[in-house]
Amino acid sequence: MATLAGGRYELHISKSGSAETKRAESYFEIYPSDTEIVEEGEDTVGQLHSIEVGSTVDGPGIRLVLFLTGCPLRCQYCHNPDTWHITNGRQVTLRQIMTKIAKYADVLRISQGGITISGGEPVMQHEFTAQVMHHSKKLGLHTCLDTSGRLGERLSDTELDDIDLNLLDIKSGDPQTYERVTGQPLAPTLAYARRLSDLGRPMWVRFVLVPGLTDDYDNVAKVADICAGLQTLERVEILRFHQLGKDKYHKLGIRYPLEHTLPPGPELTERVRGQFRERGLTVY
Amino acid sequence: MTVTSTQSVTQNPEQTWRGFQPGPWTGRINVRDFIQRNYTPYDGDSSFLAGPTDRTRKLWDTLLPMIAEETAVGVLAVSQEPSGILAHEPGYIDKDLEIIVGLQTDAPLKRAIMPKGGWRVVEAGLKAYGFEPDPQMRKIFTEYCKTHNDGVFDGYTPDIRKCRSSGIITGLPDAYGRGRIIGDYRRPALYGLDFLIDEKLKERTELDERHSTEEIIRLREELSEQVKSLRQMKEMAARYGYDIAKPATSAREAVQWTYFAYLAAIKEQNGAAMSVGRISSFLDIYLERDLRAGTLTESQAQELIDDLVIKFRLVRFLRTPEYNQLFSGDPTWVTEFIGGMGEDGRTLVTKTSFRILNTLYNLGPAPEPNLTVGWSPRLPEGFKQFAAKCSIDTSSIQYMSDDMMRPKFGDDAAIACCVSGMRVGKQMQFFGARINLLKTLLYAVNGGRDEVTGAQIGPSFTPIAGDVLTYDEVLERFDPMLEWLAKTYVNALNIIHYMHDKYCYESVEMALHDRDVLRTLACGIAGLSHTADSLSAMKYATVRPVRDETGLVVDYEVDGEFPRYGNNDDRADDIARMLVSLMMNKIRHYETYRDAVHTQSVLTITSNVVYGKQTGNSPDGRRAGVPFAPGANPSNGADTHGWMAAMLSVAKLPYDDAEDGISLTISVVPTSLGTEIERIERAVNGLDAYFMSNGFHCNLNVLNRETLLDAMENPADYPQLTIRVSGYAVNFVKLTEEQQLDVVNRTFHGPA
Repeated sequence: MATLAGGRYELHISKSGSAETKRAESYFEIYPSDTEIVEEGEDTVGQLHSIEVGSTVDGPGIRLVLFLTGCPLRCQYCHNPDTWHITNGRQVTLRQIMTKIAKYADVLRISQGGITISGGEPVMQHEFTAQVMHHSKKLGLHTCLDTSGRLGERLSDTELDDIDLNLLDIKSGDPQTYERVTGQPLAPTLAYARRLSDLGRPMWVRFVLVPGLTDDYDNVAKVADICAGLQTLERVEILRFHQLGKDKYHKLGIRYPLEHTLPPGPELTERVRGQFRERGLTVY
Repeated sequence: MTVTSTQSVTQNPEQTWRGFQPGPWTGRINVRDFIQRNYTPYDGDSSFLAGPTDRTRKLWDTLLPMIAEETAVGVLAVSQEPSGILAHEPGYIDKDLEIIVGLQTDAPLKRAIMPKGGWRVVEAGLKAYGFEPDPQMRKIFTEYCKTHNDGVFDGYTPDIRKCRSSGIITGLPDAYGRGRIIGDYRRPALYGLDFLIDEKLKERTELDERHSTEEIIRLREELSEQVKSLRQMKEMAARYGYDIAKPATSAREAVQWTYFAYLAAIKEQNGAAMSVGRISSFLDIYLERDLRAGTLTESQAQELIDDLVIKFRLVRFLRTPEYNQLFSGDPTWVTEFIGGMGEDGRTLVTKTSFRILNTLYNLGPAPEPNLTVGWSPRLPEGFKQFAAKCSIDTSSIQYMSDDMMRPKFGDDAAIACCVSGMRVGKQMQFFGARINLLKTLLYAVNGGRDEVTGAQIGPSFTPIAGDVLTYDEVLERFDPMLEWLAKTYVNALNIIHYMHDKYCYESVEMALHDRDVLRTLACGIAGLSHTADSLSAMKYATVRPVRDETGLVVDYEVDGEFPRYGNNDDRADDIARMLVSLMMNKIRHYETYRDAVHTQSVLTITSNVVYGKQTGNSPDGRRAGVPFAPGANPSNGADTHGWMAAMLSVAKLPYDDAEDGISLTISVVPTSLGTEIERIERAVNGLDAYFMSNGFHCNLNVLNRETLLDAMENPADYPQLTIRVSGYAVNFVKLTEEQQLDVVNRTFHGPA
């Protein structure tokens, strides 16, 4: 039978990843190996969940998207729990990845696209990410970073120059809500956003709308206010919660916090869009 | 709309070509020159377009229930008068409502018999739909008149017959009209019939001095037949109340004269593909002239095109059930080539390029005419966006690489059938369907024995012994097996086309060509993806044959991973590329009838289902009986890297060794193109990327699998649901369940 062709919707658990799971008490924890950066010989190594070529939802145009493993957040609505742990990825060298990207470089340029590094949280593998960005710029490609902003301080100003567009997830505006949703503090993300703005780095903000979790009027208003203060913000994308990740939780044998949550209806979605629009923002 | 005085008959020479730039075209037949000197490129957007008039709506609404009834019973009515240009009295849908007139018989959707192709076929067709064949006709075409089908089987060798029954060469045009000829239907509108007849008589006279060799005699006879048919066309038009002796003087006349020419062709012949050519930008010249003069409004201009397209949607031929297996859904391939770029760098997109696509909205989607956009990244943005929008809304369009076709066929090229380019009026194709490449590979493994029946069909080479099939060993046997197949294939085609010329000559279509045309032998291959993947398995993994008690290899066990064609992986893609060139070079070894140039296509139509049924298990994992992937598509489910990787794999196939065309069908769900606002732009980006990477052709479907499943359950809710399959578009609910499932099972790219 034909399957949905697209890397991000496939469950990827590597051998070492599943071994690690057995050792740790809970899949939801952050393992020690999640924070290590491995270097092999002269070539920087990355841990990769999957690659998607031909994505139209990860930045402008048609893009090649690298999904890296490893993430310090544990967002309740995450549809990629198999990206949380670095060890779930397969090891790739910088050279391998750049060879692959080069194969598609012409097509990506013609289609007004480029590359996007996402995950997980790609800045968990900050060295690898920065290098891929740098070499992609050398190929004349447009580059995007899809990030939560949590680890933004790891990227130097020079490294930020190699990122043409940041796709920044602002998961909530109220600090307590943010922590409830993600398990991490909001402040670093805000700092990153402001830093991008001050440095003149273009960005799109994404907000995931989850009924009963992030949809509170004030919570949304706070996100909108944050956005209104960002000079280099080009657009806001409201991502409607969906259940495409549910199966992964079941297969992993872990509890899915939003098992019974429904996607937001048109009225709620329009209300939220309106909250951004009334501050003069471009909303998709 | 009332009849205007422009319908009146007397032509005034000053009036005829008033406002047109003269050039070589005024003295000799040269439609391209006329177009180049007189057309108006359009680089704006679709905002000028008009919707359907009440008249159009009314006329189309009269037809819809008839079409629905026809879908239910198969064939609505037949005429047992053998079809011909003058065989039937004039027919109308609604005389008061029609602007452009002319039907194949005396009633809409009534199908005629064409016995010169073969009497058995006619009988089978009639009986299949509950009609009793006329015994008088039977007597005539079995006792007095020999048919194409009779001739072909007189010429066939035992080898050819064996191949037909084993399913390694199927679907040959030995029992149906070969088609693949596009008359230059624009010539009557531009020149009038008298001039065309004179030119043909001149061409004939030029041969008087030549010595009477077989070739010259045949040519003289053909020219005589052509002149006869042009005179018949004139008479046919007269019966409808029009004098087409002189050129068209108005837009309405230009459309009518052009349609009369096409109508004569479809009265005379029932070729599988009766394509219309490249008429939009030609007709636009006349529409522009009238619009500028104020004798036509945009609404009326659109109305003319709507009416013309209604006629194209009514083209019908009587076929047998076997034919419908190969060419499912009643296709007629009324292919119109739209847009493209001129050799001088200007675009050939005109407002009528938009108007003809607009019929998908004004009349609702439909598979015919087979709307084909000649794509170049240099096309005007407005047109690119409108075409992409049409694809997203209706999935009815196919795209060809104008930039790849133009160096071979020039900027007055059209597509015959699905993907086969040719210069209009200067070239014709000898249609050759396609051979079963996968089965040929399996024959190589089995020393020429058929893997399903065990019969010895191919030359008896030593079958492969041993526990493992290695790439080199198999290829060593595959080469001579393919050589034998190519020889048998070209043999069969030579016989078929000799007989078709002899017993079923396309007089009126060829009358609208230059006398000396280029002929191509249009061969084809099916099952490319499975053959490439099977060889890849042998090369990169371990393939163990499973034999039955007679030693016949009937199944395969594969150990290990191997790359598959369709993932932009050179290891597999190179094999596919090699196979295309390998077959092409084999075909080139064998002399063709009438010195036709050898070409081939990677295109299956729905023969992928037929061939799949006839082919056993293969090393790539495909199970016996399962349909092949269509055209040059990667095997279902083999392309795991997304649509862009799949497109790039297909784009690697060498067009120089597949000049008859390479067909790719791609289905994406709407959400994979992004948010609604961005979809059109993303679709344009994707098409640009594909065509700039040497992609040749793309059938684009933008819909959800759920829609198709629902249409299978509730066909009455989806009467006009159109979907593109290999090389053409089809009304989904007209496919058999088996074919519908084949489509549903194809890879759909994108999230649900």
